[in-house]
Amino acid sequence: MSEAKSDNKRFEPRIVAFFCNWCTYTAADLAGTARMRYAANVRVIRLMCSGRLDPQFVFAALRGGADGVLIGGCHPGDCHYQEGNHKALRRFVLMQRFLTTMGIEPERVRLEWIAASEGDKVQRVINQMTEKVRALGPLRLEQRMLLHTDLPEPLLETSLEPALVEGGRV
Amino acid sequence: MSKPKIAFYWCASCGGCEEAVVDLNEAILDVLAAVEIVFWPVALDFKRTDVEALPDGSIAVSFINGAVRSSEQFEMAEILRRKSQLVVAFGSCAHTGGVPGLGNLYTLDQLVTTAYRDAPSLQTGNGTRPEIESSVPGGTLTLPELWQTVKTLDQCVAVDYYLPGCPPPVQLIVGAVQAILKGELPERGSTLAPDKALCEDCPRKESKPEKLTVKEFHRPHEILIDPEQCLLAQGLLCLGPVTRMGCEAACTRVNMPCTGCMGATSRVTDFGAKAMSAVASMLEATEASDIEAQLARIVDPAGTFFRYSLPASLLHRHYRPQHPEEVRPT
Amino acid sequence: MTRHITIDPITRLEGHGKIDVLLDDHGNVDRAYFQVPELRGFERFAQGRPAEDMPQITSRICGVCPMAHHMASTRALDDLYKVDPPPAAHKVRELLYTIFFVEDHALHFFYLGGPDFVVGPDAPKGERNIIGVLGAVGIETGKKVIGMRRELRGLMALAMGKAIHPAFGLPGGISRPIAPEHQAAFIDVAERAVEFAQFSLKVFDDVVLANQKYVEYITSDMYTHRTYYMGMVDDRKKVNFYNGVLRVVAPDGREVRTFPGSRYLDHIAEHIEPWSYMKFSYLKDIGWKGFTDGPGSGIASVAPLARLNAAEGMATPLAQAAYQRFFDTLGGKPVHHTLANHWARLIELLYAAERMRELAGDPDIVSTHVRELPTNTPKEGIGVVEAPRGTLFHHYTTDERGVIETANLIVATQNNAARIALSVDKAARCALSEGRVDDGVLNLIEMAFRAYDPCNGCATHTLPGTMPLLVRVYDRSHTLIQEIRRDPT
Repeated sequence: MSEAKSDNKRFEPRIVAFFCNWCTYTAADLAGTARMRYAANVRVIRLMCSGRLDPQFVFAALRGGADGVLIGGCHPGDCHYQEGNHKALRRFVLMQRFLTTMGIEPERVRLEWIAASEGDKVQRVINQMTEKVRALGPLRLEQRMLLHTDLPEPLLETSLEPALVEGGRV
Repeated sequence: MSKPKIAFYWCASCGGCEEAVVDLNEAILDVLAAVEIVFWPVALDFKRTDVEALPDGSIAVSFINGAVRSSEQFEMAEILRRKSQLVVAFGSCAHTGGVPGLGNLYTLDQLVTTAYRDAPSLQTGNGTRPEIESSVPGGTLTLPELWQTVKTLDQCVAVDYYLPGCPPPVQLIVGAVQAILKGELPERGSTLAPDKALCEDCPRKESKPEKLTVKEFHRPHEILIDPEQCLLAQGLLCLGPVTRMGCEAACTRVNMPCTGCMGATSRVTDFGAKAMSAVASMLEATEASDIEAQLARIVDPAGTFFRYSLPASLLHRHYRPQHPEEVRPT
Repeated sequence: MTRHITIDPITRLEGHGKIDVLLDDHGNVDRAYFQVPELRGFERFAQGRPAEDMPQITSRICGVCPMAHHMASTRALDDLYKVDPPPAAHKVRELLYTIFFVEDHALHFFYLGGPDFVVGPDAPKGERNIIGVLGAVGIETGKKVIGMRRELRGLMALAMGKAIHPAFGLPGGISRPIAPEHQAAFIDVAERAVEFAQFSLKVFDDVVLANQKYVEYITSDMYTHRTYYMGMVDDRKKVNFYNGVLRVVAPDGREVRTFPGSRYLDHIAEHIEPWSYMKFSYLKDIGWKGFTDGPGSGIASVAPLARLNAAEGMATPLAQAAYQRFFDTLGGKPVHHTLANHWARLIELLYAAERMRELAGDPDIVSTHVRELPTNTPKEGIGVVEAPRGTLFHHYTTDERGVIETANLIVATQNNAARIALSVDKAARCALSEGRVDDGVLNLIEMAFRAYDPCNGCATHTLPGTMPLLVRVYDRSHTLIQEIRRDPT
């Protein structure tokens, strides 16, 4: 009985995706209208360009409960604004190194170039990433912060909403 | 009319903020004439119990510096919060965690073992470590408990204003005290420093190109530094664009890149994340392999971009592995 | 009935500390412990940092002596890259270092330790602080002290960006030369610094040496220990803060060894006790024999008294005359009286001022050649300087990119930690009898550590923080039987 229950309680990763308007978001639309089936674990946020991706968005997503973050942009050379995707790649590289230093598995944050016509790639990437993050397990930052200690220190707030509403101080 | 009561206190601090107050020099005599200092452990004889005995809210302003990493410091911060109308987080450590916040890259146990087990100069065979309680002939001695995570002041108590800097520049301290005495403070939650980036104030401003790109990053000891040209344009990791002005560009004046001790302007949530973003976007390289190679020249993203602000950052600290047996090298 | 007295926190020093005094059944002191209650972990979080960041990172160990760490770290970087700064860079570094010494020693004498004498150990507690000092010496004199510090700090900020947490040292040199138009200011302030140093020694003469009771405190057995002494000396065995070798003399004054700082691991080791975060350094080949003094114990001492004992003179004339007078007055070398540190500190202040004057007038200090670019692959570097509070060691190993793999710091006050423990214990035994504890008694115990001008922030690479002092006396069943308050300064 309990085994059956635990089967039903398979971990469903929550993944936040930042897709650029001109390429990846369009491709995701395409995948949708073509009724391509892909994992329902991804919440998509549309940016006008992958160059708009601020590392603060990624860290806020991870702090806010996301188990993974997917960034989608145009292939190099195809950026609607010329250079935005180059900036995204540069920021992504630094961010990966920083996440590794912080003990967060870099596979939880992924950058993909997906053209407007590549609906199938959207499907493939989302499915792959969902399984990858599922295998990594839930991020659970607050649990990983307390290392074998029961010192009576106040836990850090994991909800960002009040702070972001008030304008910036977290 | 009685003079407003003020208090100064230090949590986990290096003492530099107290020295900055001493560096008011003759001006401190004017401050002393205008206020009644009811608590300043480094200089005056009032005790914790004296502060506890004051009516709640009777202290006009408490200036608290230092980060919080023990329950003792946390308690003092809470007491002062209760007794004060205003609490000002004074200096980098109280503001965003400061240099001691780099301890958040490691666990408390790692900090301890390096000092008491791994140092090459330790007495051989002495496997002792400091203990919270130790028995000696005749009694028990105690040491306070330390926390795993270094915290900013506002992660512990509500803070009304922030005075940034490591230490806060003297002119900002004077300005803040005057604003308080005249009752001319901005809205609560504000930082008591100009809200523009350091570049605005830097003597090299004119030499900053319209479109600033970096071909190759350099570390300060690798190149001879031009005394007049924008440091970023020379490839140094100057955090001026992300950092609040107010220090009169102290470091860039002496050819050293800004390391960000004044913290961010009001438009930024996570200083280190924004600094990474700004620096990465300036790179000229467009090919993935070139980008990797150039960014590899930034040998320490965590320490360079988050030197003073790790506790305040969105991620706060290093996290233990999901599965403890998979220890990743850091 | 055993009693346990805790003095928490101790005051008028940099850093956090407490003293625990355990009494025997008669109310006499069984043992007193000097505890430092915090750890920050610089040696660990230095790992992964670029080595050239270390001067500015380690300066945050202490905001009172950031320049000491900055300089030791910079010297370690020179060694790490095996790069020789140009002579002008050495001179400018030493010039700024002497300015720092004058300022820091003056801070201690007038603001921290000095009030014990200038105002008196028996003075009402509300007066044992800088404000009391101003009252005792007069407001004009007080303004002289404040003004001198202001001028010195101004020069430091001019050359190094900031006086507190400077941006200055690089492997192979310094970040920026001194502009020719600024040299006059350095010369001008140096002249006043020498006068100020002489004035400070005169204050000591008039207020301390002329007071028989103070002289008795200084020479009393209560504040005397016979340990080894260590300090940096130049090639003529004169005291030097910036560059030289370390010389150790025995309690009887014999030189027992001289070694370069790079060989410190052969000579110095650190002992740990469970009741303090501060590690205690000692002389390795003599060994740790517990908290005891004498030639059989490896406990050594550093800082002004030790430096004067370990050297054979001062390199500048006025300081040399003061040095000779010091030893003539106190009965020859070495002097074992802990409180004589206050006097020795002012002699060092004079040397620093004279050396500042020498360097300020040197045409080399406005040279534009102040950097040698490192070319070697870094691996390991050791930097040693004399901080105002004693010998300071910074030791780094890095990977081939110059990123720190290990950092070992033995900080000045650690080199005095064992002797401070001895001094506090002995002072407590002498001052406290039959369980009678009052404010004056407590201050006599605190005077024992204050003479060393300890920096507990440095000693534990910790986060110091002082709080007002409250003493509670409990009986064995932890019932509070007495509570004493006292002011921190």
